[in-house]
Amino acid sequence: MIALLFATLRTATPLLLAGLGGMFSERGGVVNLALEGILLTGAFTAATVSYYTGSATAGVLAAILAGALIAGLHALMSLKFRVDQVVSGVAINMLAMGLTEFLMWIFFDSGSNSPRVDGFSSPEALSGILTEVPILTICALLAVPIAAWVLFRTRFGLRLRSVGEHPEAADSLGIRVHLVQLQGVLLSGVLAGAGGAFLSLNAHYFVKNMSAGRGYIALAALIFGKWHPGGVLAATLLFGFTESLQGHLHISWLPVRFVQMLPYVLTMVALVGVIGRSKGPLALGRLFVKD
Amino acid sequence: MPDPKLKGGLPPIAAWLRRLGLIAVESLWPPLLALALSFAVGSVIVLAIGESPLRVLSLIFLPGLRSVDGFAHVLFSATPLIFTGLSVAYAFRAGLFNIGGEGQLYMGAFLAAVVALSLPEAPRPVAMILGIAAAAAGGAIWGFIPGWLRARFGVHEVINTIMMNFIAVGLTGYCVEYYLQESGMIPHTAVIPEAFQLIPFARGPVGAWLGLNRANPLGFSIILALLAAIAVAFLFKRGVEGYRLRSVGLNPQAARYAGIAVGRVQMRAMAVAGALAGLVGVHEVLLYRHRYLDNFSTGLGFLGIAVALMGKNHPLGIVLAALLFGFLNTGALEIDLFTEVPRELVVVLQAMIILFVVAIGEMATRRRRRRRGRQ
Repeated sequence: MIALLFATLRTATPLLLAGLGGMFSERGGVVNLALEGILLTGAFTAATVSYYTGSATAGVLAAILAGALIAGLHALMSLKFRVDQVVSGVAINMLAMGLTEFLMWIFFDSGSNSPRVDGFSSPEALSGILTEVPILTICALLAVPIAAWVLFRTRFGLRLRSVGEHPEAADSLGIRVHLVQLQGVLLSGVLAGAGGAFLSLNAHYFVKNMSAGRGYIALAALIFGKWHPGGVLAATLLFGFTESLQGHLHISWLPVRFVQMLPYVLTMVALVGVIGRSKGPLALGRLFVKD
Repeated sequence: MPDPKLKGGLPPIAAWLRRLGLIAVESLWPPLLALALSFAVGSVIVLAIGESPLRVLSLIFLPGLRSVDGFAHVLFSATPLIFTGLSVAYAFRAGLFNIGGEGQLYMGAFLAAVVALSLPEAPRPVAMILGIAAAAAGGAIWGFIPGWLRARFGVHEVINTIMMNFIAVGLTGYCVEYYLQESGMIPHTAVIPEAFQLIPFARGPVGAWLGLNRANPLGFSIILALLAAIAVAFLFKRGVEGYRLRSVGLNPQAARYAGIAVGRVQMRAMAVAGALAGLVGVHEVLLYRHRYLDNFSTGLGFLGIAVALMGKNHPLGIVLAALLFGFLNTGALEIDLFTEVPRELVVVLQAMIILFVVAIGEMATRRRRRRRGRQ
């Protein structure tokens, strides 16, 4: 049972980080399908950098930087070039997929996985808990109240939400809409990049297409959690639980494939409104154009 | 003072040709510029690896241009992309974004296999029709659901189509694994009955005449794809449904006041889009593998979005864009074999093409609008 709890926490970590990231982007009104690509890039960067430097911390920092870079590309495409946000996200995910596989050949001469990386080594005194609950998981859990505080208690959070709900009104108050949105998107890159780092450092290597749709699950968790930090936490824990069930429970009448489908079905149900309608920011996906 | 009737001063056919030329130039330069820019970036990457960009470029394009057989391979690789590209464009005409091509094509292919496997006695003509209809129906169901959710509950189709991609993967995987599996590493069904199998051109009477290698897989699905493209083009241009699609896509509010049942049009649009994607099943199951293979699509649905964007959501453009992507995909094998450049370069190129195409397209519209504003 305890093992299942720890497994849930571990599988939920990348989802939680990406989900919180997605929250900052979408609360500002920018749809971010690129989460998937950011996770993948983050995972690759963390594995590569920590392989060459031998330091997991360096890997995480590099992954955060890479995540911000990809998010920046998404912001550039959708805010500056006014490309449809969904299109930009899909294209960026394709780019991330191609680029990580391409670079894997260049750096590791392999089409499937990177060599082993060490990941985090835990200090002696805390090793008991830290081997089961990695440091990034604790960071992710701590990020929930911090994200809530930023979103609901700071000036930036207020601006971000107002931009996502009604950009014209925000603009008339002198808020620089696109700048605030850019910050939100970059923040999503930072968080999802760290989530990607967790993926490869926790598994001790990078595998081709390692994110495997987790960016989309994070997006689903964001919707299921009603664009709220607490909701995102609850949703990612639930989704993490369903994903880690397969390794720990063997129920013959309940096929694993159905358990795996649960997050997607639940999200559709939540959107339709059977269990309390899930509604996003009003101006989500609509680009603000100043005349 | 010139006669107003002689404005332009060209005979009708010449004027028409001139207009066509202008349209061609207007709509061709953004994708071509995008292509040039992506190849430029790609060349830098190739140079950095220490290979010659010209050699890579010729490896990508020459095999398809050198022989009929090579070109047939390109056509074969382009076929599923024509279907998924048309699917995206069809929904887009009604203002809907179909990211669910991947799930729809899985369901289409799966249903085609199931129908074929459960009717081993079907006579040839019936089997052909049933197989194609099953592929279309499987995709149509999977497209209809998000369309219905959009029309009935106002839920945006983007999230739902993404979710349904994953559900389709799970569902087909489950069914293949538990009910239909034959032994093998990757779960797959048994071979479908002979009556349902489409035979590649190369093994038919025209194969030798065309100069196709006996192993060439090109077959009926390319004809079906081109027919679908013509049908969609005709419908966009002339059909009543095409008019409804466009008015709903351009302005649902106005369409409603004009007496169009917006919700129904949206549901139909998603169902047809799903059916178009589902027809990939004809290509994959009835023609190519003669069985359903779990997880066979490596992003064909997503590439369809790229193809539709590059082809500006026009059937002719989509066929051309699918052809380009067909060249890239078949060329990927060549550059893998003969150079130090990994084949994934092609995926990077394709992604860059979309990014450049949409950015340039958006800037071109803006410039046009500005110019029109000034006049």
